[in-house]
Amino acid sequence: MQAHWEHFNHEADMGVRGVGETLAGAFEQAALAMTAIIVEPAQVRPEEQVDIHCECPDRELLLADWLNALVYEMACRNMLFSRFEVEIDDGHLHARAWGEPVNRQRHQPVVEVKGATYTALRVNQQEDGSWLAQCVVDV
Amino acid sequence: MHSDYHLKRQSEFSWRIDPFGKMRVPGIIYADEALISDMDDKVFEQLCNVATLPGIVQAAYAMPDAHWGYGFPIGGVAAFDADEGGVVSAGGVGFDISCGVRALRTGLTIDDIESRKTELANALYRQIPVGVGSTGRIHLNDKGMTAMLTGGARWAVEQGYGDPADLEHIEERGCMAGADPGEISARARKRQQDEMGTLGSGNHYLEVQRVAEIYDKKIAAAFGLEENDAVVFIHCGSRGLGHQIGTEFLKYMVLAASSHHIDLPDRELACAPINSELGQAYLGAMRAGINCALANRQIITHLTRQVFADVLPRADLTLLFDVSHNTCKVETHTVEGKKRKLFVHRKGATRAFGPGHPDIPETLRAVGQPVLIGGSMGTESHILAGSRQGEELSFNSACHGAGRAMSRRQATRQWKGRSVVDELGARGIVIRSPSMRGVAEEAPGAYKDVRAVVDAAEQAGLAHKVARVEPRVCVKG
Repeated sequence: MQAHWEHFNHEADMGVRGVGETLAGAFEQAALAMTAIIVEPAQVRPEEQVDIHCECPDRELLLADWLNALVYEMACRNMLFSRFEVEIDDGHLHARAWGEPVNRQRHQPVVEVKGATYTALRVNQQEDGSWLAQCVVDV
Repeated sequence: MHSDYHLKRQSEFSWRIDPFGKMRVPGIIYADEALISDMDDKVFEQLCNVATLPGIVQAAYAMPDAHWGYGFPIGGVAAFDADEGGVVSAGGVGFDISCGVRALRTGLTIDDIESRKTELANALYRQIPVGVGSTGRIHLNDKGMTAMLTGGARWAVEQGYGDPADLEHIEERGCMAGADPGEISARARKRQQDEMGTLGSGNHYLEVQRVAEIYDKKIAAAFGLEENDAVVFIHCGSRGLGHQIGTEFLKYMVLAASSHHIDLPDRELACAPINSELGQAYLGAMRAGINCALANRQIITHLTRQVFADVLPRADLTLLFDVSHNTCKVETHTVEGKKRKLFVHRKGATRAFGPGHPDIPETLRAVGQPVLIGGSMGTESHILAGSRQGEELSFNSACHGAGRAMSRRQATRQWKGRSVVDELGARGIVIRSPSMRGVAEEAPGAYKDVRAVVDAAEQAGLAHKVARVEPRVCVKG
């Protein structure tokens, strides 16, 4: 299994899905899927590092917290992120995200993400042992 | 129709799902046969979920533009009674609190504008911050933020953005009472501090339009509209502040649901009893979010006026009306002959008070509240008026837009932004947008036929058609 991300259809908004070897890996991929709603991730230079912490005993709510923390950092710092390192330990998430300030000419960002929703929110280990993390995000 | 739900036809334009399982009230959908056939079963599933919430009164309603949302369907309406354990739902209002549309008359005809259209489009695009990463010229400190959250459009007018006469033509007269800035977190404040007077992205836009057809001359005259008039539509919401309030309270309400003995059929329907600390906190925060949206549209109105003054000095931009789509408001409605105070949630639905309602500005009271229905870029938008039957049918609610017919992903597979801009350009519509992929995602073909939606709303009796407007300039987020 190769870690990867994809989008899934939602009538009004967009679904993000991350698959990884570990829970943390799936969270990293889900974050990439969210970036890809806004911009091609390869267009974003991983130059500046931002640290993110969140905690929640529920794994699925933790995924929404993680994506919402990124939405918040993107909005307040006016940044986009393209590289993520996540560690999850007993409901505590510690992450580093790398990116750069929005460059409207170069990035041509498509749409702002308003927030991660609890719709189609799912975090589970699949039959092949890989982890899946997904939800619909509001754009 | 291939639906797993048993839809009983009540009349030509209304359908009913009788309560089953944990539903406390029926689900009622207003649509014609074609619209209902095209609705995803998810709409009915979400509507039935809403019908299970505590304290819901009469029915859960879906408007003709209903589509699969999160928690509530988009185009969903539900009213709750606090004294019967009724709830307020952060999911039922959504992330973009008080997203809405305002319409301005310009005092010009389209012929006055046509030769300056490109210049006007360029100036609007330059002056009005739009798209991802744009910031406004207003930077609010904590004190200013609190004043804005309390005062809404009234605050904006006091700051010099617009005219006191504007306020009369905004729901709540420009200022939502009961806002509690104390419930707005530091994160929500930070996210908003540079975003006042910005349009945002996605389906948000500013359009200069031509009144293409008048359906009701008398009401159009009361609205100050004639065929060929140039009007402006502004569609945007409460920006980062509303999104952050929605995000935070959704989580609080999910985590507190079991302590309130609420069994959520879908976590996105997160709610709390109106008569609870959390319910009251959310109402205070959500109302502050409404004020943020009203202030935002007021500032954008001011910027639009400045652009018109530069490009077309004869213009005189006056406010026709300002409606909000994603709200929960306390209203008095007659239910089975009894007046009741209800908390009406509208998620992607427009309030549509009928003639004589005291909350309509005096000059428009005789004809009903203007109901502004934004269509997709490049097609058409509609102006309607609230109907007398609206209260009985849907707690005075109508549709809010065309509604998407396909996902953003499907749209980008089907269209290229550049060719959408060129095709619309060939029809005389000038598009300005920072993102070509954004334009493709918003391509007119990705939306339902707004005329079918509006016709169904009228035929169902929710609102009355007044005028159809067509875009000439579109600034797209």
